[in-house]
Amino acid sequence: MAFEARIEITHRPGILDPQGANVERTLPALGYENVRDVRVGKSIRLVVDAPDTDAARAQVDEMCHRLLANPVIEAYHVELTELPATNGSGAP
Amino acid sequence: MTSRVGIVVFPGTNCELDVASAVEQLAGSARLLWHAEADLAGSDAIVIPGGFAHGDYLRTGAIARFSPVMDVIAEFAAAGGPVVGICNGFQVLTEAGLLPGALQKNAGLKFLCETVDVRVETTATVLTGEAERGAVLRIPINHFEGNYVCDPATLDRLRAHDQVVLRYVRNPNGSLDDIAGIANEAGNVVGLMPHPERASDALLGSDDGVVLLRSLLVAAASAQPSSGAAVARGG
Repeated sequence: MAFEARIEITHRPGILDPQGANVERTLPALGYENVRDVRVGKSIRLVVDAPDTDAARAQVDEMCHRLLANPVIEAYHVELTELPATNGSGAP
Repeated sequence: MTSRVGIVVFPGTNCELDVASAVEQLAGSARLLWHAEADLAGSDAIVIPGGFAHGDYLRTGAIARFSPVMDVIAEFAAAGGPVVGICNGFQVLTEAGLLPGALQKNAGLKFLCETVDVRVETTATVLTGEAERGAVLRIPINHFEGNYVCDPATLDRLRAHDQVVLRYVRNPNGSLDDIAGIANEAGNVVGLMPHPERASDALLGSDDGVVLLRSLLVAAASAQPSSGAAVARGG
């Protein structure tokens, strides 16, 4: 089975997000004065072949912990979607 | 006996020759270690120099920590061998878990390239053994991600065990507790954002980095199992 993982990586609460703060300061200059809590993170998309959802999620978690995110300063959120069994590549 | 300093080169490292030149100026011998080789070539000390290892992709130091050379550096460090990470090298050491905490983007969101004053906070490390506690050194910084951060418990441990090695006199980047450099608890692994090799000759504007590099050579000499000889001192 193939699963698409969409991983959103953001700064942990309490960790400075200078990019988010900068964007938040810039938006009012364009007239958007009702915007707050701007956070700039990154998004990673990948396809993992695994026997089931639990195995896929466990592996993505492990990869996030070891490489994709730095748990000292970053939090991550994973959205997992099973891909239709076609060619298995997950390519659209 | 001459101290042999191994200088790690990743794709994107760019300060290796500056470090080698500064080491040789102090009568040490320098050798470059390619990151893909799990071999320290008999080095008595390791420097991970500055640059942009693996393009700083994903996060600074994140890819570099998985290079084969890092496994042998971790073993070398665990056995008490002197290991120093400068700038990008500091980031690699934190990503590798050889030093606690992390380095995030500068608070001002600017790349900083300037000479700053840093204060020596402890002499119980391989990088400051020859320095004086309280001495203020003028050393260049050159970074975007030099803003040290760690959780409160880690900061308490760093302070309690005398692991804060250098503090900025005037904090340029928002770094927690003005931290410019830290050590592991044993004092044999040190990471710092300032570049001592760029302050290794008065012609460069400052030679305040010499005392740090000389400390490393002295530590390297004493770390040699059969060597009782003092390292030749320059500068």
